[in-house]
Amino acid sequence: MADATYPEDLRYHEEHDWARIEGDQATFGITWYAQDSLGEVVFFDPPEVGATIQKDSSYAEVESVKAVSDVIAPMSGEVVEVNDALEDNPEKVNEDPYGGGWLVKVRLTSPEETQQLLGVEEYRKLLES
Amino acid sequence: MSDAATATRRTPLYERHVELGAKIVPFAGWEMPVLYEGIREEHSAVRRHVGMFDVSHMGEVEVEGPGALAFLQRVLSNDVAAIEVGGAQYSCLCREDGGVLDDLFAYRLGGDRFLLVTNAANHEEDLAWLGQQSRPFDAIVRDVADRYAMLAVQGPHARAVLGSALGIELPPRFHVSHVRVGRRPALACGTGYTGEDGVELLIDPEVAAPIWAELLDAGVVPCGLGARDTLRLEVCYPLHGNELTPERNPIEAGLGWCCKEATGFVGSEAVARARAEGTPEKLVAFAIEDKGIPREGNPVLHGDEEVGVVTSGTFAPSLEVGAGMAYVKAELAEVGTEVEIDVRGKRRPARIASKPLYAKRS
Repeated sequence: MADATYPEDLRYHEEHDWARIEGDQATFGITWYAQDSLGEVVFFDPPEVGATIQKDSSYAEVESVKAVSDVIAPMSGEVVEVNDALEDNPEKVNEDPYGGGWLVKVRLTSPEETQQLLGVEEYRKLLES
Repeated sequence: MSDAATATRRTPLYERHVELGAKIVPFAGWEMPVLYEGIREEHSAVRRHVGMFDVSHMGEVEVEGPGALAFLQRVLSNDVAAIEVGGAQYSCLCREDGGVLDDLFAYRLGGDRFLLVTNAANHEEDLAWLGQQSRPFDAIVRDVADRYAMLAVQGPHARAVLGSALGIELPPRFHVSHVRVGRRPALACGTGYTGEDGVELLIDPEVAAPIWAELLDAGVVPCGLGARDTLRLEVCYPLHGNELTPERNPIEAGLGWCCKEATGFVGSEAVARARAEGTPEKLVAFAIEDKGIPREGNPVLHGDEEVGVVTSGTFAPSLEVGAGMAYVKAELAEVGTEVEIDVRGKRRPARIASKPLYAKRS
């Protein structure tokens, strides 16, 4: 696995999730730190398309060989797409957590929630503390 | 360990694990490596080549004296008299009611001298129990855990690599030999917990670090407790604290084969009764049919009825599916029975499978 990376253009949630916001839609995933702590992801249990997800609540599970981890929604919305490629290749979450390892796309119901998320510098500080 | 007074312990290889970038976790009072690079890679190194585990947290107890054999015959479930000098044998240590206090290997080092290798979490209790039970016998029970570091070198290439790297004569399977490792006396045991051929080395803690380094240089892959757990689970070896507890007898755990009631061991009457009458529940292996990974504590369902509980569950790397072991009602223990595992509220279809879940193609 590559070294720790945290892209500038993402917003971050304290529970080690990221959001890439494009208008009223966003893509969610877990951060480099989250996948590194979890270890090799062997299973992603996605929500259903159409499901409503709530900021700060669990919307999916990722599992490594040894452990299961809840994935926390950085923002609220309705799931419009899940990353089907993870069904056969869940390790993409480790290999490319901000690219091929994205988890869901969401139509945001409260776009203003972005203000409560962390910028990359704030998130890095959180990891160092 | 919740007790602050119980300091966690480190094996002589702790610094080596940290250097290798291992993820360290608390386990049975010890700080142990759970993985280095990744559980799947380590698992497959052992299945295909050779891996090594620092299992220095395991306990060693020496039993010596003219009454050693009679004493061990009394406390261990297997027929200890059947072990020749240089032999090894798996046994349960039972209470009077048949409950399993620990499971262990007994190695016969001499006519009147045996070594027991205990589970780290049970070592102190085993010692207390053995000390108490040994009173009527002319035998001394000695805690020798500090005398040994333990390395499990496992995998199809284990013997070849060990033979050439350390230049020692290796014992056949289920035997033990006296060897010299790092110029110190050591024991080489033809045993393991992975389902692969291999050797467990009991060596002087002082030479543990150089021997570890030598084996690393020889290409042996360092493996953590994570891979140890997935390897043992695929071949359905029970783990004390999960499949085996003082509340379960060896019969329901499927360990009737290592119980020889005719020896009159402590717990033999209860075990004989369980064998004759059958037990309400049995330990089974199962595999998930499609998606989902079972975990310890997940309920086992048959229709709408809860019929058992998962004792160990994981993603099984060699099978590439969720699998585990569970206690279920005896009438549902038959291989092929369809059940469901309640994985955090999601019902995952599963099927009772034959043991072992993973068998080497020969």
